[in-house]
Amino acid sequence: MEVKMDLVSEDKINSMGSMEKLRFVLDGVKSGNIVVLEGGLTSEEQMKLIELTMTEVNEDFPGIEMNGYPTKRGFLNLRRKTRLTVIGPANTMHTIKKDNDLISAIISAI
Amino acid sequence: MKPKKRGKGILSRLLMAFFFRRKTPKIGIYGPPNAGKTTLANRIIHTFVDENEDIGAASGMPHETRRAVRRSGIMIDLKLKSVQSPDPNHGSDPEPKVKERKERAKRKLKLDVVDTPGLATKIDFHDFMAYGLEEEEAKRRAKEATEGVIEAIKWLDDIDGVVLLMDATEDPYTQTNVIIIGNMEARGTPIIIAANKVDLADAAPERIMNAFPQHPVIPISALKGENMEMLYEEMARRFR
Ligand SMILES: Nc1nc2c(ncn2[C@@H]2O[C@H](COP(=O)(O)OP(=O)(O)OP(=O)(O)O)[C@@H](O)[C@H]2O)c(=O)[nH]1
Ligand SMILES: [Mg+2]
Repeated sequence: MEVKMDLVSEDKINSMGSMEKLRFVLDGVKSGNIVVLEGGLTSEEQMKLIELTMTEVNEDFPGIEMNGYPTKRGFLNLRRKTRLTVIGPANTMHTIKKDNDLISAIISAI
Repeated sequence: MKPKKRGKGILSRLLMAFFFRRKTPKIGIYGPPNAGKTTLANRIIHTFVDENEDIGAASGMPHETRRAVRRSGIMIDLKLKSVQSPDPNHGSDPEPKVKERKERAKRKLKLDVVDTPGLATKIDFHDFMAYGLEEEEAKRRAKEATEGVIEAIKWLDDIDGVVLLMDATEDPYTQTNVIIIGNMEARGTPIIIAANKVDLADAAPERIMNAFPQHPVIPISALKGENMEMLYEEMARRFR
């Protein structure tokens, strides 16, 4: 079986409203894709994504695996800059190692 | 006549409440499933309220807590004998009275403790079957667990401080830990990380300190009661 990856540009992410963004990510993941977001999601958006995911978990969809690099402080420590977020279906994606500058994930087709 | 009188009573009570209100801070115990949140909440209540009162059941099966539970009005008193570690040179300190009274005021803190369901990005009913549950029961527990996660997230809006509990024998760098910290930082809510289960041989609290150097990390054993006074002191400092 094949695994599809969506590499989504920051421009596309920024053109979407907050709910639209989460819906886009979750729909992609629920159809089996690994979604990689350039620029990533904020912590608040990720929390909302967990909430939305939990309303849709069922016997066939156990949820998501999510990873990313924490936000960096921008100019004068004011703007928080997210960097990268990877979201995949929990039944195919498994993070095996993560630290500040490296994320290793295994993706197993089922 | 009567309704008017009652109205005045309400008004003055409202005024009193307005001028003398001091909101009791609500402290949420957050963290991944099985970190020991309920064990910690129970220990706090046993120490400061009632030895026989439990906020909920602790167990080795994840998602044991599936509803957030609040215990109101817990007086954290650092002067309590049961809180302090044995002091080798006790009783021989002639501290000035005024200073002592001031110290004592600072060493008391009233708060509400909220024990929350463990946060997770995935909940697979098969995992519960591995703990011996029948399929139907495992599915029901999974459904309740998803509701519990949502409830824990919604509670964040009403929380004034967070004790983020992590299992010190596990990898701390999970996305849910990172997200909780990121959300609290964005809201400006004070946070204390407790590295739990340091009684176990493979506990590595320093791994947690390295992962989150910008926040206080207190190594504790909620089960054995190790280092609790240090956690209470940090709570008294951060959550008032
Ligand atoms: N060795 C050790 N075990 C602990 C400690 N604290 C909790 N435990 C055990 O860890 C397991 C989970 O504890 P709970 O308090 O139920 O954990 P929880 O975080 O409330 O879990 P959920 O409600 O499922 O999210 C239980 O078997 C506890 O006895 C500790 O300090 N040391
Ligand atoms: Mg619990």
